[in-house]
Amino acid sequence: MSRLDLLIVGAGPAGMAAALAARRHGLEVMVIDDQPTPGGQIWRSVEQAARRDDILGPSYVEGRAVAEAFRASGVIYQPGAQLWQLEPGFRAFVSRNRQAQVIEAKAVILATGAQERPVPFPGWTLPGVLTVGAAQILLKNAGQIPAGPVWIAGSGPLPLLYAVQLLRAGGQVAGYLDTTPAGQWRAALRHLPRALCASGDLAKGLSWAAMLRRKAPVIRGVIEIEALGDGRIETLRYRTADRATATVEANTLLVHEGVVPNIHAALSLDCTVAWDPAQDCYAPIVDRWGESSQVDLFVAGDGAGIAGAKAAQLRGELATLRVAVKLGSTSEDAAAVAARPIRRKLDRELAVRPFLDALFRPRPQVFAPADKTIVCRCEEITAGEIRALASVGRPGPNQIKAATRAGMGPCQGRQCGYTVTRIVGAAQNRPPAEVGFFHIRPPLKPVTLGELAALHQPAAP
Amino acid sequence: MRADVVVIGAGVVGAAIAYGLATRNVRVLAIDGGDRDFRAANANFGLVWQQGKGLDMPAYQQLTRGSVELWPNFSAELADASAIDVHYDRSGGLSICLSEAEFETQRTTLLRLHNQLGGAEADWEMLDRSALVRLLPTVEFGPDVVGASYGPDDGQTNPLRLLSALHAGLLRRGGALRGGSTVHAVHSDGSGGFTIEFGSERVSAARVVIAAGLGSKALAAQVGLDIPIRPQRGQILVTERLAPFLPIPMQGLRQTREGTVMIGSTRDDPGFDNSTTVEAGAWLSARALRRVPALRDTMLVRQWAGLRVLTPDEYPIYAESQSHPGAFVAVCHSGVTLAAAHAALLAEAIAAGRLPPSLDAFHQRRFDVPQAA
Amino acid sequence: MFRKLHEPEAGALTIDIDGVPAMAEPGESVAAVLLRQAEPWSRLTPVSQSKRAPYCMMGVCFDCLADVDGIASVQTCLRPVCDGMRVARQIGKRTIGS
Ligand SMILES: Cc1cc2nc3c(=O)[nH]c(=O)nc-3n(C[C@H](O)[C@H](O)[C@H](O)COP(=O)(O)OP(=O)(O)OC[C@H]3O[C@@H](n4cnc5c(N)ncnc54)[C@H](O)[C@@H]3O)c2cc1C
Ligand code: FES
Repeated sequence: MSRLDLLIVGAGPAGMAAALAARRHGLEVMVIDDQPTPGGQIWRSVEQAARRDDILGPSYVEGRAVAEAFRASGVIYQPGAQLWQLEPGFRAFVSRNRQAQVIEAKAVILATGAQERPVPFPGWTLPGVLTVGAAQILLKNAGQIPAGPVWIAGSGPLPLLYAVQLLRAGGQVAGYLDTTPAGQWRAALRHLPRALCASGDLAKGLSWAAMLRRKAPVIRGVIEIEALGDGRIETLRYRTADRATATVEANTLLVHEGVVPNIHAALSLDCTVAWDPAQDCYAPIVDRWGESSQVDLFVAGDGAGIAGAKAAQLRGELATLRVAVKLGSTSEDAAAVAARPIRRKLDRELAVRPFLDALFRPRPQVFAPADKTIVCRCEEITAGEIRALASVGRPGPNQIKAATRAGMGPCQGRQCGYTVTRIVGAAQNRPPAEVGFFHIRPPLKPVTLGELAALHQPAAP
Repeated sequence: MRADVVVIGAGVVGAAIAYGLATRNVRVLAIDGGDRDFRAANANFGLVWQQGKGLDMPAYQQLTRGSVELWPNFSAELADASAIDVHYDRSGGLSICLSEAEFETQRTTLLRLHNQLGGAEADWEMLDRSALVRLLPTVEFGPDVVGASYGPDDGQTNPLRLLSALHAGLLRRGGALRGGSTVHAVHSDGSGGFTIEFGSERVSAARVVIAAGLGSKALAAQVGLDIPIRPQRGQILVTERLAPFLPIPMQGLRQTREGTVMIGSTRDDPGFDNSTTVEAGAWLSARALRRVPALRDTMLVRQWAGLRVLTPDEYPIYAESQSHPGAFVAVCHSGVTLAAAHAALLAEAIAAGRLPPSLDAFHQRRFDVPQAA
Repeated sequence: MFRKLHEPEAGALTIDIDGVPAMAEPGESVAAVLLRQAEPWSRLTPVSQSKRAPYCMMGVCFDCLADVDGIASVQTCLRPVCDGMRVARQIGKRTIGS
């Protein structure tokens, strides 16, 4: 295949918006995505899920028109394709149907979105414990809900939204354990005026909370949870800030403590990242167009910092504008003019973030799991093992990884990376920004030796 | 702060020396650099290997054989000291030949090595394909495999556990370890000892050992030693965990006790660059599949690159500075294999304050002498 | 553990999970079907043989790994079902051919 103008990784709101804009500029653009259909996480399975529109609500249904336009735009779209390595220049190595291919492109936009923040607690590896995001995906993709009453534990807009969707669908909430630290609203309050001017979403959130309170017990100020059971969750134990522990029967537990950017692809190319104290995560440093510290490599959408679907679309458009300038299909001036209204809308979207970030700041226990807690799900390494080593000789996360195997399994540290950074930081009294993160190595997604070997040209080293 | 000996660098070379010193009741402090330093100790293949090593340098062949001989005891004592099992297996080792020509070359090389050593017993034998299949009935070899050389003394360890164990052993035997601290200056303190500076801190010591891998060149220069070392990149693949099928390691392909399969390693010279390339990954995979085709559907979990610490002849440098007596340098490739010797012989020598004649051949002055035409 | 909100319609298909036939619908993931089974798990870990089930449904936890049509370690949350598919829960460390 000849060299593309633009390769976009991810077909969520950011990726699709970027692709649509690229087509408008006449760029030759390919979008790859590991899902079988377009939509990303928020609009998962939106093309097929029409019958669940009432349950999922208008902001989900919106995605259908975007997906339709995307399909019709003339972009080269490869679903079910996993990017496992990106080399400068750019050469993207992608597997699809167990076949590896090389895609060359002049510019790349990483629109890989976010993942839910890993929340290690004792028992989080038991079957029956899932993330709230996972449950919502099951509703979107398969029209399925937990068979019995479900416990939801967490903080943020998503668990509220899912609880409401679940109730609408006829599901039952056994109890809602709100882990938002009490009093955090005080810190959030000063951001409220700006948030209110900008968005109707807050009112929506309040109405969800009200509906939930009518239909299910809501327990506030939960600081610790633990899942117990043999081969699957059977009981749930929780502790609130002011009361003793309670133990309840549980078949399904859904957890959520916010989302963090997917930064593995950016890290693998050594893009500079910075610690975002408001969102408790790393995010790639990008300019106002989304270009990273690597020339012609852009990051758009939640992958560049959590801001939601609408902002993601806008940031996708901005990135493409800049790509179009660089490839000579529009002028600097025209792009500046086109960017103005997009930035205005983006500012409005971003206005609500400081309030949400402050209100739903994760409780400190998320970052300091008890010793017996498994931190690395793949290699089954506990917080205690990591903690014990973290105080000997001042190792960093990569030395901890080498010494314990935490982060060496197939998920590539996506589930344990932040926890390792935090435990090391706590043990050494250093802020997470200074501690750093795992050195991300390929493959970003699984690839077999056979696929890799098929790329070998006998003349090589 | 004061120590008898400061070891700069706590990779597998520095840590082995420091551990050996601590077991000899020397007050030792090991100082190590940052989390993202080039650290061959965390990037290597984990073979404890003598087969085929030391062409044209009998002293190296001797040193390697000596270290391999010490390894069983060394690993047992280290396990005692550190409570960490380094997964050492003296399982024997194979070097697979993929053509008759390779087989012949391998045989000749090993014969030549053996002759250079003189007198010693052969530490290898050549196995044809059927003998190889008898030795490893659980492995289905690819059609190109014609045979292998087999070294009964060769073996493997888990290099990451080795490094952790050396650190833990060092501490438990009374030594100290200071990580995340890049040393920027070493100088005489005017009274026969040394001052070592890192960050805004300084320590003094009667002796100093520079074993900072690729960081050693700059430090050695400060004590009057010019050591010609360069990085050479080596890339390695590791797979998901598989049920045990390969009890004997091959050069370039081995199964760890965890079950993962390691595939190594390339050699190229991009300088101080430890990024990986798909070209290398594809080459490594293709080569591994020629040996064991059934690995085809196995998932790759990670590819990484490490930088070898190489001298011009690729053999170690052990030297004491003439201008700064009490300052030593230890740099080498194959620091895993040599760890047992470093913890014994080399630590002993440094504790005593001078290197033994058996190590003369490894002085860096061998590179100063112009080669006769 | 999970149940579908609607009865399967025309177009429903059958996949085989460890010898047990399971109803599925086009478009849904293998992991979604696994979570509806009486045994709603996907694998035993290679480290301690403990039971795991799909956890994140977005490809970032690798607990949904199973053998699909003879290929081991497939992320079932990313794999759509197709008629006649054979799924086997993955038990500990996988083995390689013969
Ligand atoms: C791909 C590859 C495969 C290999 N396979 C094998 C094998 O199978 N068997 C075998 O025996 N050997 C093998 N080796 C070789 C072995 O890994 C090395 O010989 C050994 O790690 C070198 O150890 P070192 O301590 O000198 O250097 P390193 O392990 O690189 O450690 C150097 C240390 O010094 C520290 N440092 C550097 N500068 C400073 C400073 N200024 N101040 C303080 N600290 C500093 C660093 O932080 C680091 O910890 C392999 C190497 C590679 C790259
Ligand atoms: S359920 Fe997490 S990767 Fe599939």
